[in-house]
Amino acid sequence: MKMKRNYYEDVQMFTSGVVLFWFLTLLTGLFLLPLVVKNYYVYVANYMAINVIVVLGLNLLVGYTGQISLGHAGFFAIGAYGTLMLMVKLHLPFIVALPLAALITAGFGFLLGLPALRLEGPYLAIATLGFGLTITQVIGRLEIFGGREGLHAPDLTIGSWRLDTDIEFYYLLMVITISLALAARNIVKTRVGRAFIAIRDADIAAQTIGVNVVLYKTLAFAVSAFYAGIAGGLYAFVLRFIEPEIFTLMMSIMFLAMCVVGGVGSMMGAITGACLLSWMDLQLRNILNLPYIGAWLESISKTYFSITGVSNIQFIVFGLIMILIMTLEPLGLFGLWIRVKKYWKTWPF
Amino acid sequence: MIDFIQTIVSGIAAGSSYALMGLAMVLIYKTSEVPNFAQGELALAASFFAYMIMESFGLSFFLALPCALSFAFLLGCFLEFLVLRRAKTPNILSMIVITIGLEMILLGLVSWKFGADQKTMPFPISPYDSMAIGNIFISTLELVTVFVVLAIMAALYLLLRFSKMGLAMKATQQNTMAARLMGIRANRVLNLTWGLSSVVGAIAGLLIAPTLMHPYMMWDPLLKGFAAAVMGGMTSLPGAVSGAFLLGIIENIFGTYISIEFKAVVAFAIIVIILCIKPSGLFARHYVKKV
Repeated sequence: MKMKRNYYEDVQMFTSGVVLFWFLTLLTGLFLLPLVVKNYYVYVANYMAINVIVVLGLNLLVGYTGQISLGHAGFFAIGAYGTLMLMVKLHLPFIVALPLAALITAGFGFLLGLPALRLEGPYLAIATLGFGLTITQVIGRLEIFGGREGLHAPDLTIGSWRLDTDIEFYYLLMVITISLALAARNIVKTRVGRAFIAIRDADIAAQTIGVNVVLYKTLAFAVSAFYAGIAGGLYAFVLRFIEPEIFTLMMSIMFLAMCVVGGVGSMMGAITGACLLSWMDLQLRNILNLPYIGAWLESISKTYFSITGVSNIQFIVFGLIMILIMTLEPLGLFGLWIRVKKYWKTWPF
Repeated sequence: MIDFIQTIVSGIAAGSSYALMGLAMVLIYKTSEVPNFAQGELALAASFFAYMIMESFGLSFFLALPCALSFAFLLGCFLEFLVLRRAKTPNILSMIVITIGLEMILLGLVSWKFGADQKTMPFPISPYDSMAIGNIFISTLELVTVFVVLAIMAALYLLLRFSKMGLAMKATQQNTMAARLMGIRANRVLNLTWGLSSVVGAIAGLLIAPTLMHPYMMWDPLLKGFAAAVMGGMTSLPGAVSGAFLLGIIENIFGTYISIEFKAVVAFAIIVIILCIKPSGLFARHYVKKV
């Protein structure tokens, strides 16, 4: 068994050569991906990467700090609108506008973190939920944000590099996603992350041993909001057009579902959950085009259900996944992976 | 002055449908500490069930009503038995996720079956009738809803306060293990609570359906009802009802005198503010956790 001999071995980025090797393989794979697949799959990858960013942030809050948020669509919206507003109204370049908007979002996260200090359970759920709904409604009703009409994204340029195609955007997105993933992993491994985990496990005990609960709880909200803000700003450029109807309660629920399905409290879990559910989301939108199942579902719909409501099957599928994960393997896909790994490592015992 | 009273009366009327959903949520939260996000869709399923049997078998409303309520009861019991009881780690996050999952399944099934377009529910009282008391107008349906709310609140209060079942529910909530040792079948108590609360929700659904009937009709009452229940403290039945009425009144006053555009927002903004000041709601004693 491998032992850690000092603190620096505990916090180092790559614990072994194997990990480093797989990380580099992943990087190469991601780099080569747009060269081998069709353009549509690059779009899918972009969509996934954005969800990965949000869920990484949400996981810091839900998985590591033990808070609940049903309002992440609100942060997502602030990031998206913030980035576009800063670019259109103040003519800031993208590279400045995106982090600035994310910082504004983090500010909102901090504000939401303040009531969260005193709330828990259903009270926190309704407060965050209310926050998310309020943000979307307010944005939808203010003329300055384009109201119900929405906003168009301007051209995306970084210095003299114009990003017109999905593939160019893909590389930008990957750089951001990977650096944010590494940052999240570092947060978790070091002092701040240990404070988060201490608060999750026993907040009173954490306070008695000197963890500043006020600071770290609000910080968790702020960091989580920062991630959602970055993702929102990028999402505006995936869609090229944003309107308030995009950022619904269902979106917040989906973020939470991704986090839970992947496995609360694990980085890899967050990434897998986000990738899996966003891929399914895209696939299930036109469910009748799926091979094999599509025709069968069509005939069922015609006999027993209605054909106009067939797209709602995606709700059933997501609901089932959420329930099955929670009743069979509460740690999500990551928990499943751990179980399988343990089984083979200790086989035949 | 008449305007002001009219605003308040309309607010109470609007609050009454929130109050029913709030009561249903409080009932479940009181016994099992689960914030039930599936409440709205349980009610939705029951209302569409009533609609379906009225359409396809030509039943009258008064025959369909008991059918729909028993359907709601069975559905509530069944879901508790099938899903909630199987949760491996019954903490707050997993309960929220499970009930949201249930909500999505029921929503998906109903909207798959009926499509997303508006339906009209045959109902004995037309939603467009209204009554005048002095110079104040209230629609008959809303008046009925208000009385139904008060009756259900009183009935539930009596049930919880004076019946054996109520005592068993209280015991289960306070200490499940001790309740079991005293001979209470805690699982059955939970099961019946789910059925009961589903019935209360279904009544709300049936009273909302005549004015508005499509698969998303319960979202607003559910969220506002949840907000009202939280405002009232999540464990007190009168608290939930007065929270709901208060929410309806505030919303309407805001809509009439300040800004009609932000009417939908104000409820949640108020909830967040109230929770900042009184974290356990207005009508509940602050719950101090023992370490």
